Amino acid sequence: MGWSAMLPLLVILSSALASFVIFFLDDSRAKLRTAIYVGGETVKLVLVLVMLRGIYFEEDYELRVPVLPGIDFLLRVNELSMLFLVLSAGLWLVTTVYSIGYLRGAPHRSRFFGFFGLSVSATAGIALSGNLFTFYIFYEILTLATYPLVVHRDTPEAMRVGRMYLVYTIGGGVVLLAGVVGLQLVAGAVEFTPGGALSGDEASGAVLAAIFFIFIAGLGVKNAFVPLHSWLPAAMVAPTPVSALLHGVAVVKAGAFGIVRVVHEVYGLELAQTLGVLLPLTIIASVTIVYGSFMAAFQDELKKRLAYSTVSQVSYIALGISLFSLTGSVGGVVHLVHQGVMKVTLFLCAGAISETLGIKHISKMGGIGRRMPWTMGAFALAALGMIGLPPMAGFISKWYLGLGAISAGQPWVIAVLVLSTVLNAIYFLPILYAAFFGKPSEEVAEAPEPEGRFETDPLMLFPILTTAAITLLVGVFAGMEISPLGWSELIAGRGTDYEPRN
Amino acid sequence: MASVFENTNWMLAPILVPLAAATVAFLLMGIRGEARRNAQNAVGLAAALGVALSALALWAMVSGGGPVRYELGGWEAPLGINLYADGLSVFMLITTAIVGGAGSVYALGYFSGREGEDARRKEDLQDETGSFWPLWMFLWASMNGMFLAADAFNLYITLEILGLSAAALITLGGTRMAFSAGMRYLMVSLLGSLAYLLGVALLYGSFGALDLATLGEAASPIPPVWAALALISLGMALKTGLFPLHFWMPAAYTSAPSAASAILAGLVGKASFYLLLRVWFDVFGGSAPPAAGQIPGVLGAVAIVWGAVMAMRQTRIKTLLAYSSVSQMGYLFLLFALVSGAAPERSFEAWGGGVYLVLAHACAKAAMFMAAGVVIYSVGHDEIPRLRGIFQKLPISVATFAVGGITMMGLPTSGGFTAKYLLFTASVGTGQWWYSLVVLAGSILAALYLLRFLNPALIQVPTAKVYRDAPQIMSGTAFVLAVFSVFLGLMSAPLFELLSVGAPFPSGTMGGS
Repeated sequence: MGWSAMLPLLVILSSALASFVIFFLDDSRAKLRTAIYVGGETVKLVLVLVMLRGIYFEEDYELRVPVLPGIDFLLRVNELSMLFLVLSAGLWLVTTVYSIGYLRGAPHRSRFFGFFGLSVSATAGIALSGNLFTFYIFYEILTLATYPLVVHRDTPEAMRVGRMYLVYTIGGGVVLLAGVVGLQLVAGAVEFTPGGALSGDEASGAVLAAIFFIFIAGLGVKNAFVPLHSWLPAAMVAPTPVSALLHGVAVVKAGAFGIVRVVHEVYGLELAQTLGVLLPLTIIASVTIVYGSFMAAFQDELKKRLAYSTVSQVSYIALGISLFSLTGSVGGVVHLVHQGVMKVTLFLCAGAISETLGIKHISKMGGIGRRMPWTMGAFALAALGMIGLPPMAGFISKWYLGLGAISAGQPWVIAVLVLSTVLNAIYFLPILYAAFFGKPSEEVAEAPEPEGRFETDPLMLFPILTTAAITLLVGVFAGMEISPLGWSELIAGRGTDYEPRN
Repeated sequence: MASVFENTNWMLAPILVPLAAATVAFLLMGIRGEARRNAQNAVGLAAALGVALSALALWAMVSGGGPVRYELGGWEAPLGINLYADGLSVFMLITTAIVGGAGSVYALGYFSGREGEDARRKEDLQDETGSFWPLWMFLWASMNGMFLAADAFNLYITLEILGLSAAALITLGGTRMAFSAGMRYLMVSLLGSLAYLLGVALLYGSFGALDLATLGEAASPIPPVWAALALISLGMALKTGLFPLHFWMPAAYTSAPSAASAILAGLVGKASFYLLLRVWFDVFGGSAPPAAGQIPGVLGAVAIVWGAVMAMRQTRIKTLLAYSSVSQMGYLFLLFALVSGAAPERSFEAWGGGVYLVLAHACAKAAMFMAAGVVIYSVGHDEIPRLRGIFQKLPISVATFAVGGITMMGLPTSGGFTAKYLLFTASVGTGQWWYSLVVLAGSILAALYLLRFLNPALIQVPTAKVYRDAPQIMSGTAFVLAVFSVFLGLMSAPLFELLSVGAPFPSGTMGGS
């Protein structure tokens, strides 16, 4: 077993081991904890970059361990894995730095950072899984590792939500398992293959279609498809960095990433189209997009509004994937990254506001832009990106989704996109207006002046500015080959005769 | 090294070592006070180490050269006593070595209470008479004897010793409740053995043989064989606690001292299940009508749901765990329906899945009972409503409960996941998909009943007073065992290689390609 076979495992272990050590550290040993953690992150990032380079030059990284009759534990890296892995490793670093500032002096920090790191390790495992069985394993580990984060505050309310979270996600996991086993029985060991692993001859079309929908139902819980979404707004009880992690990188994304894997690399677009399962998925995603946006407009609590916004935005990914068009797929896959970066920015801003000024409701955010200009500036950037204003990241996604809808012969999807964009504007623009042009609310007027040079803890501010800058950069430089868009075109084009533009 | 393992005398070690330790520990009961405790502890630990080493030696022997038969004193069957070890036997020995070893280490701390230390004790923590070690060692010897016995009568003898020593362990606490639970267990146990003995008598009357292999060759589908199968199954279902014959379990597991509860719930129930596997597949392999497997299968399915629902309604940790065992035992019995299904190539998966759950559940459940023991030791009770926020005081034990729960829920990477995955695959693969729904439902129900304790235990509220710190070796052992159970899913490959040695069904190749 060579070095290149161990690399995927090392990527997972680097963060997992650092987290494991942290569990045994006393809460007061902040410096040592930070050192171990940052050490683990650095190792991980370096390994990820080595692998990214290798994949670009078409090297193979594969670790295969037989575990059961007919079943392997398989880690294998391809372009799609790298997209998700880079996203999770990068945003992990940002949210960790933020968390150090956010949780300064709070209790149970060792527990928090331990499970935080484990969640990211599980996400890396999800990214690197080479077959459905391995994917399922990490998918469930993610559920368990995020539960302690959701209930981190240990209040009865948090415990109630935690219970709901577990029931939803374990229920979803159970359904997913049914799909994994079903496909294993029908088609034997299925490994993720660009362009699709199934040929369509394994079983009758009805059986394959039924298994497809079992997958969608199982993955749809984490992906928060309506009506399986209720846990997501409720999970807002968790600390803000956790919400950012859940929404931007880990849990919700794991569901979306799983759907991409199933459609693109298990069934393949061609087969899925032949089976007629794509249109129902488009409809589910469209309903979720509109419903989520609609509900978001009615929330006064900032984090709740952002949560419903996630319900809506994450389904863009499934929407793009479900269009029988490579342009649509590009839009869906690239939104995996774009939505992550933008939503993490928004959540980090919300957390900074509530930690600095104690404001959690939109109705009390009047004039906040003058007190926290940088934070609100970043918020504005990400919000405008969400609405889809060029040249921000969100515009690129929506543009490709729209083009995809046309080339797939589903022009009504454009209407969904337009409606969602209008609703996005309805729920984001009033926040920006009030923040920059509104009369200062009581809370903002009475807020104490910042203590140091910065408007909030610099460990919170810099991550916010970083992700906001990325939001802008991935949009502006979308034309480059190494941008998320360029990479997504590479992914969508594999196994087809599609030529990415250069 | 290989030559050492070829010596079949190794096969006696897993029986003789604990038996010798039992005798020594029994003689040591004559000494008083601290000296006795130390001496007994040393004997017990040495025996645990000996069992572990001999199990490993047998593993090497069986995986190297296939199933082994040992003729005691050189007398062949049917005259002499024979021992027989295949993959399943060694797998069970390894299970007792791991769980029994952990139980022995745990007992060091558990029985270390000083006399007269507290007035509020709920369980006997002192073992004033020093009878834990002799009983536990007898129990261990009888279990290992059962796993190695080659004939139906020796199985009966080990079964009886097992029942007697287990009943005595239950009453060790000396409370009135413990006595009544112990008596009830004794009656159940005797009834179960009696049913087994009647079954064996029928077989002996029909074929004039007691050796399992000989019986397996001779058995044919005739009415006495069916009656024997029914009697033996009934007796063993009673002793394993299959719904609706589980009535004795909650009281027995709850009133026993937690060190004993861990062993009872982890190992003793599994021993009678092992016997059932042996008889059902090695003796009646070809002669039982396929539909017969549906009876234990359906009862197992009901047990999964019923046990979980009852577990949700409990207010004590130990009764919750006992009903959880009712539910988990149900999974084991599914395999009877699944191996006799329409697809023979799925049989090894179903059989192996059930057997793997024996190990996974033994580790996880023993760890959870040990954690409950730490709670009782520290707080004086295990009543869930009075344990709100106990995580702040006993973090390791609550964590043990949570980690052990991963196996109950059947989530990766626990051994419970591997087992339930195989059972699930087998039920879909044999076209009996309704069992797969039960397997899945059981996971969700398990999450619900585990949260019954975990949710209140984790919140930040003023919590129960810890009036005595439990020795760290107790919570530590429990935690290590629970963590081990979570990694069992990753160690499945060598263990399934072992199980395939002499298995009643052909196994597929490991891995997907």
